[in-house]
Amino acid sequence: MSRIAVNLPGLTMKNPVMPASGCFAFGQEYGKLYDLNRLGAICVKAVTVEERRGNPTPRVAETPGGMLNAIGLQNPGLEHVLEHELPWLEKYDTPIVVNIAGYQVEDYMEVAKEISKVSNVNAIELNISCPNVKEGGITFGTDASTAAHLTEKVKTVSEVPVYVKLSPNVTDIVEIAKAVEQAGADGLSMINTLLGMRIDLKTGQPILANRTGGLSGAAIKPVAIRMIHDVSQQVDIPIIGMGGIYEVDDILEFMMAGASAVAVGTANFIDPFVCPTLIDQLEERMDELGIDKLSSIVGRSSLCNNL
Amino acid sequence: MKMENMTITAQTEVAPKIYRIVLNGPLARELRDPGQFVNIRVGTGIDPTLRRPISICDVDLENEELTMIYRQEGKGTKLLSEKLVGDEINILGPLGQGFPVEVAKKNSTCVLIGGGVGIPPLYYLAKKLVATGANVITILGFRTEKDIFLEEEFNELGQVIVTTEDGSKGMKGYVTDALKSLTSYDVYYTCGPKPMLRAVEITAQSPGYISLEERMGCGVGACLACVCDLTKPNEETGKGYAKICSDGPVFLAGEVIL
Repeated sequence: MSRIAVNLPGLTMKNPVMPASGCFAFGQEYGKLYDLNRLGAICVKAVTVEERRGNPTPRVAETPGGMLNAIGLQNPGLEHVLEHELPWLEKYDTPIVVNIAGYQVEDYMEVAKEISKVSNVNAIELNISCPNVKEGGITFGTDASTAAHLTEKVKTVSEVPVYVKLSPNVTDIVEIAKAVEQAGADGLSMINTLLGMRIDLKTGQPILANRTGGLSGAAIKPVAIRMIHDVSQQVDIPIIGMGGIYEVDDILEFMMAGASAVAVGTANFIDPFVCPTLIDQLEERMDELGIDKLSSIVGRSSLCNNL
Repeated sequence: MKMENMTITAQTEVAPKIYRIVLNGPLARELRDPGQFVNIRVGTGIDPTLRRPISICDVDLENEELTMIYRQEGKGTKLLSEKLVGDEINILGPLGQGFPVEVAKKNSTCVLIGGGVGIPPLYYLAKKLVATGANVITILGFRTEKDIFLEEEFNELGQVIVTTEDGSKGMKGYVTDALKSLTSYDVYYTCGPKPMLRAVEITAQSPGYISLEERMGCGVGACLACVCDLTKPNEETGKGYAKICSDGPVFLAGEVIL
C-alpha cells in the first residue's frame, strides 16, 4: 500500500482526497478537466427520490474566506441518476460515494435501497445537514434521536457502508455523532456548512433569495477541526473531514484532528484543478514534516489529550 | 477551456468606472464564439473567495490577446481595476456557449442590442457577423452621455443608434424605443440587464439570442448556483432548467424564463 493510501469502510482510497458533495455535481464537468481516477474517491451531489429544482437565484454570496450557498438540493432525481449519472462514472475505478437526502425517513430509505444496489457505488453519505431546504435535511441532523432513527432505518436497506454527514449547527455535535454510531453508522462526514446570511446594502435585503445559506470555505476550517477533534475521541468509526480545505497542509491538519480521509469543496470553485494539485503535493509535504505514512497521523492531536 | 496566468498588457478607464483590460497569453487562442466569458481570479489570497465572470469583448488570435470591458462595481472588480500593466492574473476560460454567428446569412440584417456593460460581448460578435457578410445595426443604451463607450468601434462595423435615458446624446429613451423604429431585420442578439432583456424580447420582431448574467460559483456547470428556468423542458435531457455558466450564457429568445 502506498504511503498516501487510506482505507475506510467500503472505500479503498489511493489517496485521502475526494471532492465534497454538492461541489462536483456527478463528475462530468470536472471529468473534462482531468482524469477522475486521480481522486481518492468521488462524492457526488445529493440525490432525492424526485427531481428537485432547488431555490431561486441568487444562490451564492461571498464573504471573506468563504461563501454562502443556498442551492437547495437541486438534482435530477433518483431515476435519472440511476439511468444516466452513475453509469457515466462506470469508466472510473475510483470509489463512488453518493450523498442522499429526503423529506422523510421513507424517502431516504428508498434512495438508499436503490442507490446501494448499483455496482459502482461504494458508500452512501446520509445528508442530515443541508441547511437550505425547509423540510428534511438539517431537521434530521439537529436532534440525536431523530438522526439515530434515520441512520438505523437506512442501515436496514443499504447494501453499502453508510456515512452520516453531520451538521455543525448544533450545540453538542458529539452527542449526535455518538447516537448515529450506536445506530449503526459506518462512518461520519463532517462538517456540513454553517448557517449564515449577508445583506445587500443597496436594497437592505439578504443577498440570497433563500435569505440564509450555508457558509463554506477557509473561514470555517477551525470550526471543522475542533469538531472533528472532539468527535473522533468519542467514536470509533472513521471520519471524512471537510470544511475549508484549500491547501495541502489543511489535509494534514484535518487528519491530525481525527479525519481518516478528507473532502474538498469550495476550493474547487477557485481552482478546478485543486484536488489533483493537492494530491500531487502530499508526499513532498509529508517528507518535509517527517511523516512516513499518512494513515499514521490520523488523530495525532488527541495523543496529549490527558495532559 | 484552460486555466492560465495571463499578462495584463493594457488597462484603461474608458468611461467613469468602466475599464478596458487587455490580457496576453495562449489561452486567448481557445476562444470559440463571441459571447463566451472568462472567470477571473482577481486576488491571490482568500478574499474575495470566488472568481469574477466577465464577458469577452474582443480577441486577437494572432497576438494571443483577449479584451474585456467591465464596470468597477464591488470589491472584486475594484481589485481588478487596480491591476497594472505587466501584472499576471489567473484566468479560467473561455467558458460557456456564445452567440451563434452561423445563423446570420450573407446580406441578412442583424440587430445587436446592448445595455451598459452588456455591450462588450456584442463587439466581437459584430466583427464576426460583418466578416460573414451580414449587415449589422447596433443599438447601444446608456444612462447618460458620459457613460458612452465603444460607440466609435461599432461605428466602423455598421449603423449605430445610441440611446440615453436622459437624452443627453442620441435618442432619448431606452434601447427598445430605438428597436421599435427599425422595420425589417432577420435576427437580433442582445445582452444587458434583465429588465432590458425582457423588454427587448417583447419588442423584437425576429428570432433572437439573449445573453444572461447571474452570480456564479464554479463557472463550469458543477455547482448549480446560476441556474435559470426553461420555458419548456429540454427535449434531449428532460431537464426543466439550464445552467447559465455552461449551457449559456447565450440562449435562444423564448428558451428561458427571464
